[in-house]
Amino acid sequence: MTTTQIVNFEAVAKSFGAVRALVDVDMQVVAGECLGLVGHNGAGKSTLMNVLAGTLSADTGVIGIHGQNLTRHYNVAVAHDHGIRCVFQELSLCPNLTVAENARIFHASLKGFGWKKRAGKMIIDKLDEIFPQHGIQADDVVGDLTIGRRQMVEISRAFTVSDEPLHLVILDEPTSSLDVVAARQLLSFVRKVVSEGQSCILISHMLAEILDYSDRILVMKDGEVVEEKLAQEYDRDSLVAAMGNVVESEAIEAHEENIKIRGKTPLVVKAVPRTQTGGIEFCAHKGEIVGLAGLASNGQKRMLLQVFSAADRHLNDTRVEGPVALVAGDRQTDGIFHLWSIGQNVGVRSLKNMVKGWLIGRDQEDAMASKWQAKIKIKTPDMNNNILSLSGGNQQKALFARALGSDAEIVLMDDPMRGVDVGTKLEVYDQIRKEAEEGRTFLWYTTEMDELFNCDHVYVFRNGQIVSELSRSELTEEKILQSSFKESA
Amino acid sequence: MKRYLTNPKFLRSALPAASLLVLLAAIFYIQPRAMSQFGMNLMLQYAVPIALATIAQMFIITVNDLDLSIGPFVGLTACIGATLLNTNPLLGVLALLACIAAYAALGALIHWRNLPSIVVTLGMSFVWLGIAVLVLPTPGGTAPDWVKAIMSFKVPGIPFPLIAAAIIAVVVHFALMRTSYGAVLRGAGGNPKAIGRAGWSLLKTKMIMYAAAGFFGVLAGLSLIGLTSAADAHIADRYTLYSIAGVILGGGEFVGGRVSPTGAVLGALTLTLTGSFLIFLKISPDWQIGAQGGILILVLALRALINRREAQA
Repeated sequence: MTTTQIVNFEAVAKSFGAVRALVDVDMQVVAGECLGLVGHNGAGKSTLMNVLAGTLSADTGVIGIHGQNLTRHYNVAVAHDHGIRCVFQELSLCPNLTVAENARIFHASLKGFGWKKRAGKMIIDKLDEIFPQHGIQADDVVGDLTIGRRQMVEISRAFTVSDEPLHLVILDEPTSSLDVVAARQLLSFVRKVVSEGQSCILISHMLAEILDYSDRILVMKDGEVVEEKLAQEYDRDSLVAAMGNVVESEAIEAHEENIKIRGKTPLVVKAVPRTQTGGIEFCAHKGEIVGLAGLASNGQKRMLLQVFSAADRHLNDTRVEGPVALVAGDRQTDGIFHLWSIGQNVGVRSLKNMVKGWLIGRDQEDAMASKWQAKIKIKTPDMNNNILSLSGGNQQKALFARALGSDAEIVLMDDPMRGVDVGTKLEVYDQIRKEAEEGRTFLWYTTEMDELFNCDHVYVFRNGQIVSELSRSELTEEKILQSSFKESA
Repeated sequence: MKRYLTNPKFLRSALPAASLLVLLAAIFYIQPRAMSQFGMNLMLQYAVPIALATIAQMFIITVNDLDLSIGPFVGLTACIGATLLNTNPLLGVLALLACIAAYAALGALIHWRNLPSIVVTLGMSFVWLGIAVLVLPTPGGTAPDWVKAIMSFKVPGIPFPLIAAAIIAVVVHFALMRTSYGAVLRGAGGNPKAIGRAGWSLLKTKMIMYAAAGFFGVLAGLSLIGLTSAADAHIADRYTLYSIAGVILGGGEFVGGRVSPTGAVLGALTLTLTGSFLIFLKISPDWQIGAQGGILILVLALRALINRREAQA
């Protein structure tokens, strides 16, 4: 086997505003190896792969491909020309086109008379090779295929070769929507390709796949590569340990001192996720902070929305006692009203209490705005300024003020602290704990491990199911990781 | 066989043709004398410009935009056709080419500045109308003889509008649905990000689609004056809504690059016939637009029903 170097990243860094997504990452890939890449949500894996695929440009660092320094002008086309392909996590097929037409999009050289036939043959041959008995026709419209089959098409397409070279395929969570059989077919194919001298980068949350099918494993945390070893030097436990981070926050220790005993206060939320088959019920008692943990989008948000919709109508599977408010995580789409002032954004959930005759009482609105400006420290000279004049963290504070200032007894939080700086976070944590002691209930979906230590009780979600529940005293990062990841497939 | 015929996918693709046939049957039932070549020619004569305008709209809808200016634009090209093209053919052709270039430039602007197409084209509709009034301040002008000759072309046995509609459908179907670049153009509506990632220029796809829309808008304007032999700035104001309705009736969708040229042409024919149908029903012209809307809602409700069944399957 040759040891030709394909990729050589040196000190690559990338920031999004104040968030450092990649911090001086070094990475090498040689021909004929499968590199495993693991890390918790937001560890920077996808950012790193986007830089390699050319869809994001690095702020600093050196990008070397095949021994050439390509740092300047590195983009998708250059990556493609050098035989680097990426299967992105969100599907990049055109749902309105057929399987063959999607293959054509990928290969500029497929044109002229009979292109449809050639494109169809190319993609179906590759599908036959990777996923025997796939049951996909070349003229099937992609939008009509199941998500699993769409993923098969996308993966196979990345391995098709026309007149461009193919050296490295990045597989970002390739098995997430494949069934066990197809996943195994794919992984065996990866080993075959690798033994023929091509390379793969494999990203997966299923640790067994990484351990069994990659040659070398790169562990990322907070935008940094924290460990890099041969795959056989790891086992499941040491890999989980390498990914984890130790929580050492005084505030959290303080919270640990007054662990509450469950069930002393009345039950306010009781629900079963719609996708749950038996097992654990989701419960929240008055004054509790309940965490919804697990990997991103495994049913936590759906759970919150289920509770939210049960607040003002009767549902059989969900019981909610008391008014509910939601703190949105995706500020720009679900949270703020872009054209309104900060005060109006804070007050919108409480308009009912501000009505004077037929109109909204300006005085009451202003009073609420200034009360919450002081209480939650929104940094602005004037609450009548437009909401967009605030920084991201302060916009988020305004959204918290909207929920906390309302009559809601139950506050749902949809991972609201994404991309918020540490100072703001700590202030808001304090506020939440204070409110909880006064009898408010919080349901908190978070993808950040540290935040879970603010909770009294944690439910771990996986594939739309609650797979375990942990009280505050049982809560450890390792337990959450263990139940978030699938048992060895 | 029965299973195939009740398959939602088949029903959805058959709906445009089925609605046209049902409407035609109803017309023949009410007015048997319409069942002649002369009758069909008369009922369908305006189908050609409407079908061309519908195809123009379809190109825009393919890339997830909407053109609210196609009616006034067709009016403008009709005015140019009835004046400049007749008196000074070279200048007339240049003016029409400039119109197409302006459409391509609009596509570029909309892509480059990421503007909402509805706003841009709504604004442009007044610009087109203004220029049309400048070109032809009062109704009149004369269509060039060759345009009139094409539009009064007669084939024994088959009504000319049907032949023209078939030609339009086949040509556009081939260009958009069968060529390899057509796949890229439709893909730009289905998942623009994926097209960009695969290394295609989205600016180019938008400009091509807008230019194609401009070209078919010009054809619509010329075919219209071929029938009327004179023009007016307001001659095609209704075409904006007709064209959108035609695309949707023909099975197209506002977003996602799902369009069908054949369906769009069938939709345009259906819309043209509803006018005659309502006249035969002796519904007063005041109510015609409302009744046309009613038929549109009926067909779209049927499609929503089929789609729901498909979602359940």
